[in-house]
Amino acid sequence: MMEMETAAGLWLAVIVSGLYHGLNPGMGWPLAVSAALMERKPSALYRALGALSGGHLLAMLIVLVPFAAMSALVRWQVEIQVGAALILLALGLYLAITKRHPRFLARVKPHQLGLWSFLVALAHGAALMLVPIYLGLCAIDELDAGHAAASTLMQNAGLLFVVAIAHTLAMLVSGGALAVGVYRWFGLRAIHQTWINTEAIWAWSLVGVGAFTLVWALVGH
Amino acid sequence: MNVRPDPSFYPSPKDAMNAPPEKLAFTLMLSPDFSREDGLAIVDVDPDSDTYGQIVHKVMVPYKGDEFHHFGWNACSASLSPMSGHAFLERRYLIIPGIRSSRIYIMDVKEPLKAKIHKIIEPEEVFEKTGYSRPHTIHCGPEGIYVSTLGGGGEDGTDGPPGIFLLDCETFDIIGRYEIDRGTQDKHYDYWWNLPQNYMVSSEWGLPPQFENGVVPEDLLSNKYGHRIHFWDLRSRKNVQTIDLGANHQMALEIRPAHDPAKSHGFVGVVVDTENLEGAIFTWWKKEDGTFDAKKVITIPPQPADADDLPELLKGFGAVPALVTDIDLSLDDRFLYVACWGQGEMHQYDVSDPMNPVLAGKVEIGGIVKKTKHPNGKDFGYGPQMVEISRDGKRVYWTNSLYSTWDDQFYPGDRGAAMVMANVGEDGGLTLAEDFWVEFPEGYRSHQIRLEGGDCSTDSFCYPNV
Repeated sequence: MMEMETAAGLWLAVIVSGLYHGLNPGMGWPLAVSAALMERKPSALYRALGALSGGHLLAMLIVLVPFAAMSALVRWQVEIQVGAALILLALGLYLAITKRHPRFLARVKPHQLGLWSFLVALAHGAALMLVPIYLGLCAIDELDAGHAAASTLMQNAGLLFVVAIAHTLAMLVSGGALAVGVYRWFGLRAIHQTWINTEAIWAWSLVGVGAFTLVWALVGH
Repeated sequence: MNVRPDPSFYPSPKDAMNAPPEKLAFTLMLSPDFSREDGLAIVDVDPDSDTYGQIVHKVMVPYKGDEFHHFGWNACSASLSPMSGHAFLERRYLIIPGIRSSRIYIMDVKEPLKAKIHKIIEPEEVFEKTGYSRPHTIHCGPEGIYVSTLGGGGEDGTDGPPGIFLLDCETFDIIGRYEIDRGTQDKHYDYWWNLPQNYMVSSEWGLPPQFENGVVPEDLLSNKYGHRIHFWDLRSRKNVQTIDLGANHQMALEIRPAHDPAKSHGFVGVVVDTENLEGAIFTWWKKEDGTFDAKKVITIPPQPADADDLPELLKGFGAVPALVTDIDLSLDDRFLYVACWGQGEMHQYDVSDPMNPVLAGKVEIGGIVKKTKHPNGKDFGYGPQMVEISRDGKRVYWTNSLYSTWDDQFYPGDRGAAMVMANVGEDGGLTLAEDFWVEFPEGYRSHQIRLEGGDCSTDSFCYPNV
């Protein structure tokens, strides 16, 4: 029963983090509006959303794959979780303290939306945020004792895709809704009006997720 | 860092046009004989104010001999770029380079009436970190603040070509050179871009020995000043095309792209055609295949004059050239203002059809020969030079000095700084405002103007008009 609730909570986290990423202008929805306005056709908006989602999904997969591979090593579960937590804490604190923006993103051209989205999700730790959630789901799976290592690996790989896709779909829904809303109804001023500086919140939410993961891994769940 | 985007950032030019009118202007003051410190004048341009048309605050710098020329903001509407995702800079600092000293001042104008120097970048740092000298045009862009320079390294600025370097938009540290592949570009003046379409256009004046001690007539008559414009892949930092306007089109200066980023054209002004003394405006545009083209769309003929009325430099020609030294485009991309500094005229062209501009309005004031007085009876001294348009396009401000040593060649003697304003009619037309005349301190000259909250030559927009 406890596992059921924990699992539901973790799946909720997958979806909510996706919605959160979608709403953040830094993850790209204004680019979809801009694309449709520049090309003077609504289809450009959907194409841009597709490219942005593709880039985001790829970033999730790239970050999660090593953890999926390692998570088969059931014996090292705690160490792996601690490792993920420390990486999250480090990136969160770095972003919170330095407030620096990675300059290489400015080299990406406006039409390279997929690449842009991929790099942004990596650089800002969006993909990393999913790691503890994913590891949590893996751990619950393994509580159904008796899995052979190979089947655990297969299962975790499957889980990896489901988590990444569910998260990206949630992001597409919230970001897409905002983009379509601004493009069709609210107008460009909404870009100015809805844009709130979430940089500090973002950095500290990485720290928060990292700290929670650390405690969870060390104290047990 | 703000929690909300600065209210003076606008997604599209149309949004900026609907913003409240400016109440203050910032105007550069320079000491033409370098005997005193240059400064920034804060001018009251609010017609309802008791101090309308007066300098209400001045920031004087601690050094002499900087020669202020152009300047710009640390942040503008470009911060709303969907690519950067970081819209929380403040439009707060003016970046003011000394074109002669290569020193750069960062002035904090958050409280305009208490404006003060925030940081000084010493010339040695500019030389060391960029290999460039004589910083000039400022724009806020994708990676920080872009600064164009007119000189390369070495004492006279001819050791290597001039170019653009980047400043960090928060710390104002010099980041380094912009160019990865400059192609054949070997001179520099102005530059501007279209951010969503990812291109930049740059122009050419001349190398420092060709301007610092005055215009060099032999160089001009042998067409040795700049006459090309360069097109760049903005984010790849590569020169992708160079268009030669023709060697006789000497000094291609101000680059004014259409403000609406969905449009793919712009303008460049040419000071003088050495074949016939005409001033000229070229329209440049991006073609279907992504390459660029340019065509001369406006010519301004020289006006015959008595040799006795002309300065030494022009006596042999028996005519006064327009000397197109600044142009500026209104935010609706409709009116192009052209300063004819030699003839003492400000032209307003309707460029709704950019290939067929139509003269819509004209003001005569100053001029080498005509010396037209302001409606208030005062002498304008020189000719209309740096021009700036209000965001709503209803008011046009300009000053009268070009560049210390050039002023003295074309308008010998010290004739005083001026800043005036003209009102724009509903459908074009230009009339000088009789009640607007800024008095500057004795011995100073006036150059570029910036308007509080942005104007028509600072902000780059990332979203088209809808």
